[in-house]
Amino acid sequence: MVQDLLLPILKHEQKKSGYISEAAIKRISIQTGIPVSRIFGVATFYSMFHTKPQGKNMIEVCHGPSCHLNGSFNVLKSLYKSLKIKPGETTKDKKFSLHTCSCIGCCDKGPAMLLNGKQYTLLDETKLKAIIKKCRS
Amino acid sequence: MRITVGLATCGISAGGIPVFETLKKELDCKVEKVGCIGMCHNEPIVTVSDDKTYIYGNVTKDNVDKIIRAVKDKKPCAELLIANDINELEFYKKQKRLVTENCGVINPLDLDQYKDAGGYSGLQNAVKLQPEQVIQNITDSGLRGRGGAGFPTGMKWKFISGKKGKKYLICNGDEGDPGAFMNRLVMESDPFKMIEGMTIGAYATGADEGIIYTRAEYPLAIQTLEIAIQTAYKENLLGKDILGKGFNFDLRIQKGAGAFVCGEETALINSIEGKRGSPRPRPPYPAEKGLYGKPTVVNNVGTWAHVATIMKMGAKEYAKIGTAKTKGTKVICLTGHIKRTGVIEVPIGTKLKEIIFDIGGGCPDGTKFKALLSGGPAGGCIPEDKLDTPLDFEPLQELGAIMGSGGLVVINDKSCMVDVAKYFMNFTQEESCGKCTPCREGTKRLLEMLQSITRGAGKPGDIEKIEKLSNFVRDNSLCGLGQNAPNPILSTLRYFRQEYDAHITDKACPAKACLDLVSYHITEHCKGCGNCEKHCPTKAITGKLKERFFIDQEKCIKCGVCFENCAFKAIEKR
Ligand SMILES: Cc1cc2nc3c(=O)[nH]c(=O)nc-3n(C[C@H](O)[C@H](O)[C@H](O)COP(=O)(O)O)c2cc1C
Ligand code: FES
Repeated sequence: MVQDLLLPILKHEQKKSGYISEAAIKRISIQTGIPVSRIFGVATFYSMFHTKPQGKNMIEVCHGPSCHLNGSFNVLKSLYKSLKIKPGETTKDKKFSLHTCSCIGCCDKGPAMLLNGKQYTLLDETKLKAIIKKCRS
Repeated sequence: MRITVGLATCGISAGGIPVFETLKKELDCKVEKVGCIGMCHNEPIVTVSDDKTYIYGNVTKDNVDKIIRAVKDKKPCAELLIANDINELEFYKKQKRLVTENCGVINPLDLDQYKDAGGYSGLQNAVKLQPEQVIQNITDSGLRGRGGAGFPTGMKWKFISGKKGKKYLICNGDEGDPGAFMNRLVMESDPFKMIEGMTIGAYATGADEGIIYTRAEYPLAIQTLEIAIQTAYKENLLGKDILGKGFNFDLRIQKGAGAFVCGEETALINSIEGKRGSPRPRPPYPAEKGLYGKPTVVNNVGTWAHVATIMKMGAKEYAKIGTAKTKGTKVICLTGHIKRTGVIEVPIGTKLKEIIFDIGGGCPDGTKFKALLSGGPAGGCIPEDKLDTPLDFEPLQELGAIMGSGGLVVINDKSCMVDVAKYFMNFTQEESCGKCTPCREGTKRLLEMLQSITRGAGKPGDIEKIEKLSNFVRDNSLCGLGQNAPNPILSTLRYFRQEYDAHITDKACPAKACLDLVSYHITEHCKGCGNCEKHCPTKAITGKLKERFFIDQEKCIKCGVCFENCAFKAIEKR
């Protein structure tokens, strides 16, 4: 059953190219025989897949309830201040993309976020500034 | 001498890896990685055991040298010591650790340590019985699913055991419930326990293939499980002719891709099949037509771990713990506005107030308890006067909350309950898969109404409209996501209706949390230092030095910087 492998294939594609382009979807469709519409449906359903090009650094701010109560809103505000992007957007220099994500299991140390898959916890403005600076250099 | 460092996700994010590396380099004794013992508020934790055990908390790369010196001097390091035995701590006094007994104690990847701690005796006990007897044992133990619905596990197994041909077992490790990470803890800290549980399930039901579905957000759990599965194959605890008893069981991992609804069992099956993770109408239930149309049992990570525990300690002993309707223990995540956050395990029936105040230590200083949120986005808020309620499926349901996966989030008096309801509506609205209209459209309209209330644009009659629509969404949605989505609204309306009224009639937020309804003012306590003026990003604050300053409400963006930076507490939030 090829359809089974669709999620792993899409994950591989995203890892390789950073996102899943229309051309990639067409190619996968030809290779697997799965209709383009179905692949597109799957690629847009799961929040981990992106159908638009993404920045070099991927920031995902947790908006689970514990983080919400502990101020994930302020994290987004601070990030907006330094990057001028809102969730779902990418900086002009293509260095950063910002997303929100559901709970990443660090609820005891909120607010938390993932930067390129790595967890950062107990965030405040100073910490965020240092993190962004490090990515920029 | 044995030294362990808690290096589950929580320990790593608290900075445990440099601590581990330093200890390993500086000391010439066994330094091992273990999982999480549940005291997330004290991570990173280092345990030194020699003749006596010393548990050290909040160890960082900057103070680890103190432990190194203490170990070399063969003395305890008083400064970082939290206990000699966890059971001395308030945090553990009311706990009963069965499923989590090994978590944070053994090396999760060391099968021998797991066996020394009594691991795989459950499977040994099971294969001495006939498969039907194993199912009977699980039924007798009174085990109910830990994934949320509380369905009797023995009964679920029985449905498929009679069926012939290919059958599947699935371990639901999707754990999308925000505020819940107990499954992650078990997968990272004691992976063999759930693998053993699934193997017992395979023997009992005759299924020969299993899949563990986990969130891709849990990289460490996936890595740990992968190694554990390989080890189990090598030791003939998975694969063909397990323990020479003539039954086969293959186990693999499938990763999710970030969709909350995939935790729902039929959506999960769709996702494993590589489709969009939208739920299928039930019936047919997975036990009839599940993965690839074959009979399938879906159980939660915790449920599988309980199976191993039950077969190890005996169904009778297990059934002595808990309440009349629900047996055993429940692993719970305590988070939010609480002093001692972490993962705990308590007998079912423990009173909520014991969990929050005795184990969790109550709210952080200076704040007061307001509500307990049980069950995540599908749950409800419980007020203080109902905290006498025992932790169990039915009593929580009567309060309008649910036990769910076991995430308890404590909310203090600084939070607004309408905002909490709005927050969860936002969550379910985003996670709604869009297949059925009541959930897709209903959650959106509910969210819009809550948004307008917190903006101060609520009108009389809004509450009644919200109630009506909530009931409609609850009664007409396809799966549990939509059916439970209105719970946070309905329960906050039930216990905190006056807060909704205040927003609508007085255009005020009693907790002063809804930004559109608060304003900042400078009181007569102002000494005219001008500090606030310097901090204000929009130049809304003006005044003369040594005189009372003034905030221009038109320019104020309510960022709160002045409030946080005033040394004289002269700025008031109204
Ligand atoms: C929206 C939704 C999300 C769910 N998420 C989970 C989950 O993250 N983990 C889980 O074990 N069960 C989850 N469930 C429950 C499963 O559908 C199913 O009842 C459970 O896996 C059965 O296992 P149990 O009998 O061991 O509890 C969810 C249900 C719904 C409706
Ligand atoms: S709520 Fe943010 S990590 Fe769980």
